[in-house]
Amino acid sequence: MGILGAVPSAFGSGAPAGGRSALRPFGPLAVVALLFAVLLTSPAHAQGRDPILVVGASQKDIVLRQGFTGTELLLYGALLDPRGRRAAEDYDIVVVLKGPTEPITLREKEQIAGIWVNAASTDYRSVPSFYAMASSSPVSEIVDPRTAAIYEFGLDYIQLSPTGTIDPEEQARFSSGLVDLRQRQGLYNQFDGAVDLEEGVLYSVRLPIPSNVRPGEYTAETFAVLKGRVIASNSRELVVHKEGVELAIANQSQDNSFLYGLFAISMSLFMGWAAGRLFAIV
Amino acid sequence: MDVYLPIANLSVNGLFIVMLGFGTGILSGIFGVGGGFLTTPLLIFYGIPPTVAAASAATQVTGASVSGVFGHMRNKGVDFQIGAVMVAGGLCGALVGAGLFSLLQAIGQIDVVINLLYVLLLGTIGWLMMREALAELKPARFGTKKRAAKRRHHPMIAALPYRMRFYASGIYVSPLAPGLLGLIVGILTMLMGVGGGFMMVPAMLYILGMSARVVVGTSLFNILFITMLVTMVHSFTTHAVDIVLAGLLLVGSVTGAQYGTRIAQVAKPEILRLILASIVLAIALRMAFGLTIRPDEVYSVVPL
Repeated sequence: MGILGAVPSAFGSGAPAGGRSALRPFGPLAVVALLFAVLLTSPAHAQGRDPILVVGASQKDIVLRQGFTGTELLLYGALLDPRGRRAAEDYDIVVVLKGPTEPITLREKEQIAGIWVNAASTDYRSVPSFYAMASSSPVSEIVDPRTAAIYEFGLDYIQLSPTGTIDPEEQARFSSGLVDLRQRQGLYNQFDGAVDLEEGVLYSVRLPIPSNVRPGEYTAETFAVLKGRVIASNSRELVVHKEGVELAIANQSQDNSFLYGLFAISMSLFMGWAAGRLFAIV
Repeated sequence: MDVYLPIANLSVNGLFIVMLGFGTGILSGIFGVGGGFLTTPLLIFYGIPPTVAAASAATQVTGASVSGVFGHMRNKGVDFQIGAVMVAGGLCGALVGAGLFSLLQAIGQIDVVINLLYVLLLGTIGWLMMREALAELKPARFGTKKRAAKRRHHPMIAALPYRMRFYASGIYVSPLAPGLLGLIVGILTMLMGVGGGFMMVPAMLYILGMSARVVVGTSLFNILFITMLVTMVHSFTTHAVDIVLAGLLLVGSVTGAQYGTRIAQVAKPEILRLILASIVLAIALRMAFGLTIRPDEVYSVVPL
């Protein structure tokens, strides 16, 4: 069915106009103040070895409401050297945006007697409902698999925390099935090389957020990687929520089931009746 | 026109949904079926979660049948006696269906069962209707070979106790028969988001032997009440009724139903029945095919 593809590909048209111009330059005063604060508070940085990541995002929240067809989140920032000099040019930037986690059951269909039915299943304790990773160079070239696993760099390394004791091979099959499913729903993404790194200082990346995202708290983490080691990181919170009528509908359906059902029925009856009347006149 | 559905949690093309409603509305106007058997699978193909599709389609069918019921009431085309018995049976059916729904959901077989039910029901009924429609068309072409006298109703129905006279339908049967029919339809409405008209109409005609004059009206009457009930049960148990989705479907279907009624008045009934039979069979075949090929999604996620 051709219409199947219409839902996930719907985003991209409605990015808010305000988000585009949000790359604010950092005034020298602000930088100095920031460095001063960091130098005072952090002994590690006082030695002047590790750079600092300053991060920003185009939006603090994403509102799910009429007309929302997905959006783009712009994450940007700068890599600062504590000594005030330009950071070395071989840094890499990795950005990981994660949605609220949830416990799920994952079911696998199998062909039994010619028919595809749900057969095996496995449980996961905390699966991110959304995951997007972007990096300035392919992740496999930046870090080794162990580091990638620690920081969840890439679709292969998302921590899904499976429960129960299934053999590792089966576990891997389930996990890759889940990642593949979510990837095609636009909920899991990996963009190698999508982060723009200018002069080894300013970075920016746009992450697409599809319309089928789950409301909740999202975390955007940014990592600076040098010679296979994460040397600085910083994170920002982002809230995805419903607002107005959409929030009211979602709440009422949960809290006021009776009135909600009654309203749905009345609406249905009224529209059916009104159409009949209208056409009788015409 | 992009519309965000607050319960389904995704955004859809509103115009497409309205057109879908319009198509099923035309069907419901012509044949007296709710059109849920078309809406639910198409919504699922489109990417709406199955539970939300079934629940919201049930809500939409209420609106699609209401003006039909009024119309048939004016023409004395509703047998309220049998209608009431069937609604009572349907009430029990909806509750049984709700229980079955959560049970099947728990063991992870709800979508397979729904698909199998579609294939079995639509396949059987489509086949029966197709045979009937072709048989009706044949004598017109090959002269006047009259068929053997038809029996009033199925012998098993006649064997049921407590027989009653239903004057409007012109039958003398036990109320258990329409009650049981209502029960089955209630279960199916809950599980599949269908009004059940596509199986009620033939069952009333060929099993109960009701007079054709009241069959469509009584079926619509039953659909109206059963879908209202099912909307309520879904609101309480699955919380899956999306009123934005139902509203969009309604806009299309209530207008479609009006056109459908007009088509029904001018078109040949045998041809219409043949068309309905073809649609029903086509959907059954499509779903049967879908069960045997490797599905697009081998994995599915259920929140714990």
